[in-house]
Amino acid sequence: MTTQAMTAGRAPMPGMKVYNLKLGMWIFLLSEVMFFTGLIGSYVILRFAHPGQFTEPGVVLNVPLTAFNTFLLICSSVTMVKAYAAIQQGDQQGLKNWLLATILIGASFVGVQVYEYIALVGEGFVPVAEAYHAVGRHMPHDGPVVGGQLYGSTFYTMTGFHGAHVSIGVLCLCFTYWRAAKGEYSADNLGGVEIMGLYWHFVDLVWIILFTIVYLI
Amino acid sequence: MSTIEQEMVHAAEGGHHDHHELPFIRKYIFSTDHKMIAKQFMFVSLFFLVIGGLLAAMMRWQLGYPSQPMPGGMLLPDAMMAPTPNGAIMLPEFYNSLVTMHGTIMIFFAIMPLLVGLFGNLLIPLQIGAEDMAFPRLNMISFWLAIPAGILMLASFAVEGGAAGAGWTSYAPLSASGEWTGVYLGQQLWLASLTILGFSSLVGAVNYITTVINMRAPGMTWFRMPLATWALFITAILILLAIPVLAGALIMLLFDQTLGTGFFRPEVGGEPLLWQHLFWFFGHPEVYILILPAMGIASEVLSNRARKPIFGYHSMVLAIIGIGFLGWIVWGHHMFMSGMNPLLGTSFMISTMAIAVPSAIKTFNWMATVWKGDIHLDSPMLYALAFVSMFIIGGLSGIFMASTPVDIYIHDTYFIVAHIHYVLFGGSLFAIFAGITFWYPKMFGRMMNESLNKLHFGLTIVLYNLVFWPMHNLGLQGMMRRIYDFTQYEYLAPLQPMNEFISISVFLLVATQSIYAFNFFWSLFKGEKASDNPWDSNTLEWTVPSPPPHGNFPEMPVVYRGPYEYSSPESETDFYPQTTPPSNPPVQDLIPEPVTPTPEGF
Repeated sequence: MTTQAMTAGRAPMPGMKVYNLKLGMWIFLLSEVMFFTGLIGSYVILRFAHPGQFTEPGVVLNVPLTAFNTFLLICSSVTMVKAYAAIQQGDQQGLKNWLLATILIGASFVGVQVYEYIALVGEGFVPVAEAYHAVGRHMPHDGPVVGGQLYGSTFYTMTGFHGAHVSIGVLCLCFTYWRAAKGEYSADNLGGVEIMGLYWHFVDLVWIILFTIVYLI
Repeated sequence: MSTIEQEMVHAAEGGHHDHHELPFIRKYIFSTDHKMIAKQFMFVSLFFLVIGGLLAAMMRWQLGYPSQPMPGGMLLPDAMMAPTPNGAIMLPEFYNSLVTMHGTIMIFFAIMPLLVGLFGNLLIPLQIGAEDMAFPRLNMISFWLAIPAGILMLASFAVEGGAAGAGWTSYAPLSASGEWTGVYLGQQLWLASLTILGFSSLVGAVNYITTVINMRAPGMTWFRMPLATWALFITAILILLAIPVLAGALIMLLFDQTLGTGFFRPEVGGEPLLWQHLFWFFGHPEVYILILPAMGIASEVLSNRARKPIFGYHSMVLAIIGIGFLGWIVWGHHMFMSGMNPLLGTSFMISTMAIAVPSAIKTFNWMATVWKGDIHLDSPMLYALAFVSMFIIGGLSGIFMASTPVDIYIHDTYFIVAHIHYVLFGGSLFAIFAGITFWYPKMFGRMMNESLNKLHFGLTIVLYNLVFWPMHNLGLQGMMRRIYDFTQYEYLAPLQPMNEFISISVFLLVATQSIYAFNFFWSLFKGEKASDNPWDSNTLEWTVPSPPPHGNFPEMPVVYRGPYEYSSPESETDFYPQTTPPSNPPVQDLIPEPVTPTPEGF
């Protein structure tokens, strides 16, 4: 290596061949893993300790609707990848289109989740009720008591924090779109798109785990 | 040029673009310079250190003179003190708040920001040869998140019901509902404040880890990094992984308090033990967050002031990593008395005792480092030696608690109070005194007054032991911690004279700290001007002016050797700065080629 390369920048230094932003995002996501591990772990422990407070899948929760929502979020991960692939080729228009698609699908996910919350609350499934009389889709309004307070508490806390992460992600996507619209990204400068993608895929992955544990098991 | 290189060049340029004089608000208030942020953390957390000390003094008044009028008590509001004709007597509720807030403030707002906020920010970029942190603006955000957290915490004293009173561990169900403590809003503010502070620490940790991995100067291999930076690096990893778990638990407890959910409330089917598990899963790594940087600081000072290479550098690094790892599998030892399968208790006992191995490695290495060294007994060295000796006492008393049969007897007594103060005050705080004194010239360009520091050291080490040593005895005689008036128990009433003795020692100990405070501020203006390298140290921060300019290094430093090459027979002076090229180098070595991994590095 030449002395010139030494002074040219950070590249020839010890350290990883990953730029700071990307490394920082990976490290941040590690802490996010621990955050959701804490919440999911608490849910698992409470459910094992008090099975009577929880119900079988599909009794209270609308699984088909959420399955569709899960499909939406997975689609948004695909569009995010397409956005990144577009800017790798220097395709500015492609980047903007795919980012816009990701924003719309991500916002739809949040919308469906809000709709789900409203419907569940309407059916009597609220975060702090003492007990739920299953109402609505499958049961008559004065049906048997299913579940207890812990079910609502854990359900809304876990899915709510995930929803907050998606919402923040959508806002960040809008910011990324705004920068893309100004033409700030290029095939040589796509760090912002890449770390946005990392975060988005992470949120998607968390949802797949949450969906499995909360809705399917 | 590849994307990565371009990003890196961009980042490198970013650190240098504003070397001109910044306006006041950018330079001192909303600064992105890691050295200024370090100083900001220092001033704020020293303020909290004083607050925490005063809370302890009030607590000790009640213990030394149970239910007697407290001097100056009339100045406090009726919610804290019961006025009588002779003066104001402390209320039990206020005592609970004092216990809780002393622990919370000292741990989260004094020791942790001093070690991580001050030394992490100050030392990491300087010791690895970086111009600043990887994300200077995030660094600023980290500090400015800590401020509202501190304000919320202090404000909780003023709200109805007073400050949180469920202990710094805030065990549910005591903390989950105001019915038990009478504290509603105060407990919620406590939870909100710690959640915000947690986010601040998290942002800082992301920054430290990225910086250490990616921003090292040419030649600064992993095994040429000073131990302070190593310790801060591992600490940052612990923060990164432990704090989110606490944040989740805090939020769930906050929901229990405000919304009426039932995570930790047994009356609706919640699990109080779940809180303990979550809290200590965070809490035990937190213990190492509070001691590892102190170990790093002590290693720097001991090696430098004994003018000897640190003994067993690699084993020191591995011990730091080992302690950091073992810290994750021992949390159950805080819960031996909470109801636990004895088999599980035994496994937690064994994993806890395993920590004695890396701790002992470090301790023996420190002793071997100073053994037959050219010991300079100036104040940083005195503080560092105090750290080692007090840490040994605290570490040994820790083994008592780790052993389940003994813990059953001494759990939740003053023995544990003695233990934690030997580790946190005798350990962490003495290392902080050592660190501030040692790096004071680098921070401010002036030396602290040596005589005043020695006076402070002498009084503090004596008074400190007078305060905390007898607490072991109190605990063994059955005095429980967090008790408002122990004299209500007949068998504890005879302990009153010893408690009074401890209290008097505490008042003197608190008063003694004013010597350090005076010295600190006096030296800012009147201290002797410091040279660039007043301690003849090897590490990179001493190769730049005191205080270092914005951007730290006028030229990119190139590192050729380890951080502790003192008294080398090859050198004319007794130290070898890390930037000294090898003596009599073969010609091809003159061309810097530090990126190629050397045998010492990886």
